[in-house]
Amino acid sequence: MKDMLSPWQALWELLRWAKRPFAALFPPVLSEHADGVDSFYMFLVGMSTFFSLLIAGLIVFFAVRYARGRKADRTRPPESNLVLEIVWSTVPLVLSVVIFFWGARLYLRLFTEPLGGYGEVVYVVGKQWMWKVQHPQGPMEIGALHAPMGIPIRLVMTSQDVIHDFSIPALRIKRDVVPGRYTSLWFQATRTGEFPIYCSEYCGTLHSQMLGKLVIQSPAAYAAWLAQGAAAGTAIQAGERLFTSLGCGGCHGAEGGAIRAPQLAGIFGRPVPLQSDGFATADEAYLRESILFPGRKVVAGYAPVMPTFAGQINEEQMVELIAYLRSLRLP
Amino acid sequence: MNNIASMPASPPAEAARLPARHYLNEAHTLRSWFLTTDHKRIALLFLASITVFFLIAGVAALLMRLELLTPEGDLVQAETYNRLFTLHGVLMVWFFLIPSIPTVLGNFAIPMMLGARDLAFPRLNLISWYLFVGGGTLTLYSLIKGGVDTGWTFYTPYSTLYSNSAVLSTVAGVFVSGFSSILTGLNFIVTIHTLRARGLTWFRLPLFIWSMYATSLILVLATPVLAITLLLLAMERFFGFGFFDPRLGGDPLLFQHLFWFYSHPAVYIMILPGMGVVSELVAAFSRRRVFGYKVVAFSSLAIAVYGFLVWGHHMFVAGQSPYAGLVFSALSYLVAIPSAIKVFNWTATLYKGDISLDTPMLYALGFIGLFTIGGLTGLFLAALGLDVHLTDTYFVVAHFHFIMVGGMVMGYLGGIHYWWPKISGRLYTEWMGRFSAITAFVGFNLTFLPQFLAGYLGMPRRYWAYAPEYQVLNVMSTLGASILGVAYAFPLIYLTWSFWKGQVAGPNPWEATGLEWRTPSPPPTHNFETPPRVTGEAYERSHAARGEA
Ligand code: HEC
Ligand SMILES: [Cu+2]
Ligand SMILES: [Cu+2]
Repeated sequence: MKDMLSPWQALWELLRWAKRPFAALFPPVLSEHADGVDSFYMFLVGMSTFFSLLIAGLIVFFAVRYARGRKADRTRPPESNLVLEIVWSTVPLVLSVVIFFWGARLYLRLFTEPLGGYGEVVYVVGKQWMWKVQHPQGPMEIGALHAPMGIPIRLVMTSQDVIHDFSIPALRIKRDVVPGRYTSLWFQATRTGEFPIYCSEYCGTLHSQMLGKLVIQSPAAYAAWLAQGAAAGTAIQAGERLFTSLGCGGCHGAEGGAIRAPQLAGIFGRPVPLQSDGFATADEAYLRESILFPGRKVVAGYAPVMPTFAGQINEEQMVELIAYLRSLRLP
Repeated sequence: MNNIASMPASPPAEAARLPARHYLNEAHTLRSWFLTTDHKRIALLFLASITVFFLIAGVAALLMRLELLTPEGDLVQAETYNRLFTLHGVLMVWFFLIPSIPTVLGNFAIPMMLGARDLAFPRLNLISWYLFVGGGTLTLYSLIKGGVDTGWTFYTPYSTLYSNSAVLSTVAGVFVSGFSSILTGLNFIVTIHTLRARGLTWFRLPLFIWSMYATSLILVLATPVLAITLLLLAMERFFGFGFFDPRLGGDPLLFQHLFWFYSHPAVYIMILPGMGVVSELVAAFSRRRVFGYKVVAFSSLAIAVYGFLVWGHHMFVAGQSPYAGLVFSALSYLVAIPSAIKVFNWTATLYKGDISLDTPMLYALGFIGLFTIGGLTGLFLAALGLDVHLTDTYFVVAHFHFIMVGGMVMGYLGGIHYWWPKISGRLYTEWMGRFSAITAFVGFNLTFLPQFLAGYLGMPRRYWAYAPEYQVLNVMSTLGASILGVAYAFPLIYLTWSFWKGQVAGPNPWEATGLEWRTPSPPPTHNFETPPRVTGEAYERSHAARGEA
């Protein structure tokens, strides 16, 4: 097995080596993924340079060789050449297949939960023109995202208004942040430092000022930072306060009010049986929908009496509520 | 028919006179221009209008490049900057690139290349121009009203609920001009089907005609989707119907799907005609048949068809499912193959050619080089995992400018210079032409190559101010853009001058083979004294040498 991989490893090393003199043309490399993307990019740059030079070289060569007025063998210029044409159709085809799979592999990794799961989930809300980042067990920050090194972090993101895009060049990742839905990203940083975050989807006047910084700390430093920030209140606590003030507890309370409503402890991640047959997984999108449009997916065995909270809760409050619901464990 | 073989390259003294009557001096009244149904005059009407739009959009680009000379936003306000890039995009896409080659060179040359007296529907052709000018005026009116700040992509819900600018009139302008596109496309399709000269079978058609045919198919099939999308957008913005805004129960991604379903094929509207021109130029200036004629012809159709299947590659990070991403990525590579084949075929056409590097040929070779880079960088963007990093950065900006400016504008200018002697009956000063072609190539590369690098470094597009580490690359870009500006302004001057003062060209100054070269320059209103007959293959020179008709 190890021997089988070695040509790939050789290619990898070659691409890394080829990149070295051009380091200034690359953003900092903050993850294994970033390193993989760079190697892929180097491969494509090499391939493109080769073909561009080939075409340019041939054009110049022919233009000189067959310049008008210059003696050259021009007898019976070919009108087609099957072998040649098959070759130059197959070569791009084969290269395309390679590039496709290589690119797909890097892409699917971004959608696949890492072995061992995510270390932490952080909520990001974009709004014209700032990023609000909520750590369930820690503070809310504006325009910054603190995260520990070496631990897979999942970002769950939504927008209060228009489409934005959360983009971190050092990690070579970005994702649109879309109103009305949650999109996500994950990363695992390999070193500490500060790195820029950009909004990459045009979102109006101050699009170019919708910036942030990613602060990667050692796990210990991060834990200290988190604990210090938590003193001023966490997202979970804010969510709990909302749960009370919006009167959710009146129906969903532990004692059970006048109306029969499902218990919410331990709900997150659970399959929920629906009135309309089938199940829904209680993820962020489901919880959000249950709160804003309770009539759309009614839990089996319950009357559809929950009022809608659309218009009463903004997206930041929504992620606080979700953080709170998520923190509720079965006793 | 004219015996072109015996026609010397530089016309002798007695030939150096324009024909006594031609389409330009037939009549001189305003009415004879604004109510003309002559495809050649309509082509000139289009030429004048798109040049105006090109200049306005070009000035917007220059202002943007000046703003980006420094990292801080200092020359203009953020709001102004956003309006500038929107104006630049909207005008360049819908009022210059899409109409450029079809309505000017297509209108002028198609009937003549087919040996016809005019397009199938001459009056429709005129209506098409009025619709175009109407749409353009509406769009310029938005400019006077303060401009639009949505970007040319009009993404919702920004465009429907949040933008505080003249979205409706702009969208209305684009909507109206869309009908101009549809009518032009229809007119070309019918013309190519019904008005071919005797003996001009499908596989004897010049490749320019094939590419215009493929383009017309896209114009007719895709533009209605744009019209519907813009209508939905206007209804949401104006009446609050919820199509795209999630707060109204809509889906913002639906807009993107609809928009790119049109706009991706539109990319091919903006490159296929350029490819067609380049096929003509390469054949004419290497004096031989295009290598693999049928393959080149069919690859145009293949590109037109595949172009409809790949719109989702604009949305790899937008929130569509990863499986949709996989499909759209795979399909995108299908388009790469016919494009690559074309490049190889043009290059092979040079082999054993009799090559002269006149101005049009310089533009054509520039096209091949720049299109190759544009196409290859398309492979980067269609690769899912890499696109995540590159999308919405300057890499994308550089990529599509390589295709649309490096490709289409080079093709357009090459075509203009090639058919100019036919259009005006006169020659421009050759060194000026060569100078501007080379300057454009140099300026273009200096402008856009650095943008690939800025993009990989992470610089997002549509940024009014940026991090200082990108400045060096941006300064290079701005410098290049200034050179490019000169390269584009110069032809405007010497071509205009030559229109009245240039040396008389004669019917076929390039000794090219198409039917359009077998009639005087400028041609008579009805193009041919007697309807031509075709007995040979496209670009066949032995045929021309035989002087047959
Ligand atoms: C009037 C009583 C009532 C109030 C107030 C109420 N709910 Fe509910 N809720 C229900 C009922 C009944 C159901 C089950 C039927 C359904 O799915 O609509 C339910 C379902 C849910 C579910 C889906 C549970 C599952 O097992 O899948 C969630 C989550 C939820 N509510 C959250 C909330 C939150 C958060 C609030 C406060 C903002 C709230 N509810 C306020 C009655 C209520
Ligand atoms: Cu934003
Ligand atoms: Cu933005």
